[in-house]
Amino acid sequence: MTQKEALTEYLLRLADSDMILGQRLCELCGKAPALEEEMALMNVALDLVGQARNWYEYAAELIDDGRDADKLAFRRDAHDYRNLLLTEQPNEDYAVTMGRQFFYDAWHYFTLKSLVNASDERVAAIAAKALKEVTYHLRRSSEWVKRLGDGTEESHRRMQDAVDILWRFTGELITPDETDRLMAEAGIGPDPEQLKEDWRGLVKEVLQEATLTPQPDDAWMYLGGKRGEHTEHLGFILAEMQFLQRAYPDATTW
Amino acid sequence: MYAQLVETGAKRVKSLDEMSPEERAFQEKIDAEVKIEPKNWMPEGYRKTLVRQISQHAHSEVVGMLPEGNWVTRAPTLKRKLQLMAKIQDEAGHGLYLYSAMETLGADRDEEIEKLHQGKAKYSSIFNYPTLNWADMGAVGWLVDGAAIVNQVVLQRTSYGPYSRAMIRICKEESFHQRQGYQILLDMMREGTEEQKQMVQDAINRLWWPALMMFGPHDDESPNSQQSMAWKIKRKSNDELRQMFIDQTVPQLEYLGCTAPDPDLKWNEETGHYDFGEINWQEFYDVLKGNGPCNRERIKTRKNAIDEGAWVREAAVAYAKKQKQRAEAA
Repeated sequence: MTQKEALTEYLLRLADSDMILGQRLCELCGKAPALEEEMALMNVALDLVGQARNWYEYAAELIDDGRDADKLAFRRDAHDYRNLLLTEQPNEDYAVTMGRQFFYDAWHYFTLKSLVNASDERVAAIAAKALKEVTYHLRRSSEWVKRLGDGTEESHRRMQDAVDILWRFTGELITPDETDRLMAEAGIGPDPEQLKEDWRGLVKEVLQEATLTPQPDDAWMYLGGKRGEHTEHLGFILAEMQFLQRAYPDATTW
Repeated sequence: MYAQLVETGAKRVKSLDEMSPEERAFQEKIDAEVKIEPKNWMPEGYRKTLVRQISQHAHSEVVGMLPEGNWVTRAPTLKRKLQLMAKIQDEAGHGLYLYSAMETLGADRDEEIEKLHQGKAKYSSIFNYPTLNWADMGAVGWLVDGAAIVNQVVLQRTSYGPYSRAMIRICKEESFHQRQGYQILLDMMREGTEEQKQMVQDAINRLWWPALMMFGPHDDESPNSQQSMAWKIKRKSNDELRQMFIDQTVPQLEYLGCTAPDPDLKWNEETGHYDFGEINWQEFYDVLKGNGPCNRERIKTRKNAIDEGAWVREAAVAYAKKQKQRAEAA
């Protein structure tokens, strides 16, 4: 793998993860537990899809085969999608929604914090803007995990269930593969060991404050998203999200 | 226009002579275009009417997110998706802002929302129509936000201060939504495929009449209008507003290269306005009574959201309480 290929792959992971999580949040439109949450969820989704667009645009330039950001988002099938499995998991209840968000935000935050210093200026610039947004996302989702974990008996039970349901998808966030290593070596991506340590440290701290129990570090982990092997959910997400582009392939403007 | 048929409780408008000294002072203030603020004395009817109108307006913003939410997961491009998400977010914001304006009148947001879920409070009839193709996202922005703006521009001068200020802020965002909506349609008509053009015309055919219904019944069928006008809660009559909307919209329709589903729609040289056909009032009242295509679904979705979110809100309250106790103990 050349460095350019690795960077392209890496950009698609960032873009696809943002896009798919943003899509999941869009599904909650009109269904949030309070009007304030309605605004906040859409705000986070808006940030994520906006970031996805920036990453896609850069990826499209590197791929340079005539496809633009929209084509990358709306015309690739599941096996070409590189999002983290965590992001495609269903919303379920608000504990799962917020647990998923928190695990992702923690990864996203430390990743971007490293990317702002990337040797690639374009990556650094996109990351700098995204980091401001994600700093807020992380604060918000951490607060919710604490509220639900240390709220009522019911919310505690639901939040602990959410942690248990989602845990197996978190290994992928901190298990590096060749692309991750190449990006770290190129001075673009975060150092995998550092990322793992930071993510685990923060997650343990927040879960502890939330009176929740994490699963062991050596728990079995479900991997595959980064190489295009997804859970069954992604196909349905894309069927919905890409409907118009697929149903009207001749349309060049919308 | 997100408020229709707002009950004022008044059978007819009192003359100044019939009023108590307080009422008269109040009416004279209104006549002099002085804004009424939350702590000022106001007749109970005025307060109640405003609570009804502002809560209807707020409910409409919130229920209005649903027909758009129906397409936000299927928006065709990143740009359109982001625009639609931003629009929906604005609407949630308008809802919050309006509920706050309503609460300055001593009403309670949760109670008013409960009335909505029990079918006791109204919201704009337009949101009981389904959004069936992507062009609906353009047509809703153009026609529905367009109709709302015609009313709300006038309401910027409404007599109640907090409502007036809410309208000023909301109008800015709605105008932006309307232009965006129109642009969606224009792009499809200019550069789209035949199928896309058909989507646009189909959306207009379905939403045209419901958009005209947003202005409410004819003036002579609108018994509450007179009192609302005297209180300057309302500033122009339903028919006047509807005509304004038609007059500004038809040239835009023609520019699109589309038609309205109204054979009687034509320019009247003498009046300087467009003539248009009669609205199907039976349909209007049916929808208002709960018998529109999506009334049940809309309310069910909103009710479920709040009911199923109860444990979340309870957890937030319990956590805040614990935090407070810990802070006090420390």
